[in-house]
Amino acid sequence: MIMSKRSVIPFGPQHPVLPEPIHLDLVLEDEKIIEAIPSIGYVHRRLEKLIDKRDFKDYLYVIERLCGICSFMHGMGYCEAVERVFDTEIPDRAKYLRMIWCEMSRIHSHLLWLGLLADAFGFDALFMQCWRMREKVLDMFEASTGGRVIFSVNTIGGVRKDMSKDMLKGFVNEFNSMEKEIRRLTDVFLHDYSVETRLRGLGILTKEDALRFGAVGPMMRASSIAQDTRKTGYLAYNDIDFDIITSDECDGYARCFVRINEIFQSINIIRQAVEKIPDGQISVPIKGNPDGEAFVRLEQPRGEAIYYVKGNGTKFLDRVRVRTPTFTNLTSLINILPGSELADVGLQILTIDPCVSCTER
Amino acid sequence: MSKMKKSPWIMHYDGASCNGCDIEVLACLTPLYDVERFGVINTGNPKHADILLITGGINTQCESVVKQIYSQMAEPKVVVAVGICACNGGVFKDCYNIKGGVDTTIPVDVYVPGCAARPESIIDGVVKAVDILEEKYENMKKKGGKAH
Amino acid sequence: MRENYKIIDISYSDITDIMLNCQKQGDRLVQMHAVSIPSGAILYYSVSTGDNEFVTYKTQVSDDVVLPSISSIYPNAILYENEMKELFGVNIDCISLDYNNRLYRINVETPFKKPAKEGE
Repeated sequence: MIMSKRSVIPFGPQHPVLPEPIHLDLVLEDEKIIEAIPSIGYVHRRLEKLIDKRDFKDYLYVIERLCGICSFMHGMGYCEAVERVFDTEIPDRAKYLRMIWCEMSRIHSHLLWLGLLADAFGFDALFMQCWRMREKVLDMFEASTGGRVIFSVNTIGGVRKDMSKDMLKGFVNEFNSMEKEIRRLTDVFLHDYSVETRLRGLGILTKEDALRFGAVGPMMRASSIAQDTRKTGYLAYNDIDFDIITSDECDGYARCFVRINEIFQSINIIRQAVEKIPDGQISVPIKGNPDGEAFVRLEQPRGEAIYYVKGNGTKFLDRVRVRTPTFTNLTSLINILPGSELADVGLQILTIDPCVSCTER
Repeated sequence: MSKMKKSPWIMHYDGASCNGCDIEVLACLTPLYDVERFGVINTGNPKHADILLITGGINTQCESVVKQIYSQMAEPKVVVAVGICACNGGVFKDCYNIKGGVDTTIPVDVYVPGCAARPESIIDGVVKAVDILEEKYENMKKKGGKAH
Repeated sequence: MRENYKIIDISYSDITDIMLNCQKQGDRLVQMHAVSIPSGAILYYSVSTGDNEFVTYKTQVSDDVVLPSISSIYPNAILYENEMKELFGVNIDCISLDYNNRLYRINVETPFKKPAKEGE
């Protein structure tokens, strides 16, 4: 009998399939992976420590730059946490505006992910199509906030910019036409033979494991756990009618299915929000310095994120803590890798939708 | 730039960036901005690349990776620092783990500021880098180097 | 409307029992983090119950305390615990994947730790 040979292959930090640097040591037995050990820290900036040098109002602009994909949500999470310390309620219109921008972030992030996924399994035309659609969302962001990536539209106590009725209506029209085009992409992602062969049975994470490893977001919902932080009713999500999208298949295909359907769900939420948005103020003034602590949970495109703020009565905060979704999904990743083949590693990493710069802060 | 003599291949590495400039670099490659019309191709192999795009500042851990990638690239090579963090550290300059811009580690030829750098300015930076590449190539030829 | 959450003060010696209990009930570990105080740290262990309720256990430790790791109960605690150890100098024992203060590979030792007050 020939003994199979064990070898360790370093994967990353610079790798064609990885848009961001992360490093995995893969222990292989022939082509099969036995163990995966991650090492992180290539993007580590430690911006949580910058609170010593920036006061709590300036810090908002730092925390927005935690990650370029969910920059709006990071800024908003921080603002919500500080508002909670102040015990201030923001005006209803600001809540709706934040919600619309949140859902737009989700659509652009999921389209981005779909594109990268298509790139990872070698379907370049699909990658280009997804990113072409994404540009339309970015155009809407630019029209409403002035930025494509970093928006700086949040402020403690509300938002800094309002959207006119015509603009909102225009957005809805744009999304209506986008929806048709995304339906066509959906056909390819969910029903194309070659895509299905790559994704079905890839990286199975059972329901029990998802709970044990603390998976969040689409990762968890693809393993048939129906939890969505939006259902806790922050912002104005309680006024909106939407269902949690889940799948029982627990594999890469299920994660793709959940994310694609979340795009349509987000479009639907935006439509409802535009109908219901009340008139009024968009921000309230904040006086004094924060004193006390508060947690805030929100649903980012990649899953649940936690923001923690502790103030001490001065303008410098004591501690800011962000727990981003990829930080906890990494544990699931290193547990779904064993048993798969080396050639599938890139795709496996992508199915968790990693955001490394969030993770390492 | 009237015409380009060569199709430059670019490689992209994410230093300690926030991801914002990275996705803008990728957006340059996709249909709306499409740098491929200049003959630019994105490659993942440093040995194939002529232009290195680096986003984000340099921290203690990625320093060696950046140096290694730079040393693996064949001469002539051009480095483009994309985004204000890559230029001088930007908003993260005061973080204890950030050494500063890319030029603290490797020589930089083109600086593209912005937070995040817009695709238009990234394309502009790449086009400038192509000129510098040509120049370096000519210099190499004059010196009777190994350039063909 | 804002989400309500509970913060429960506990003693650090109970942490393993409480986490074990949470795991038996099918709660998931949401996050862990530390806040530095002079010569010690306050630790937060947050779980989410089956109905997605957010519960946080808060405990205070001083520098000389050695905490048991909960990574055998919740595997995703490894990154949180390594982070606490490396950045805050909390002593945590028997983490199932211990990076030995090399998780982020920084040059500064325990940067988040607050120096002990004078006279202590």
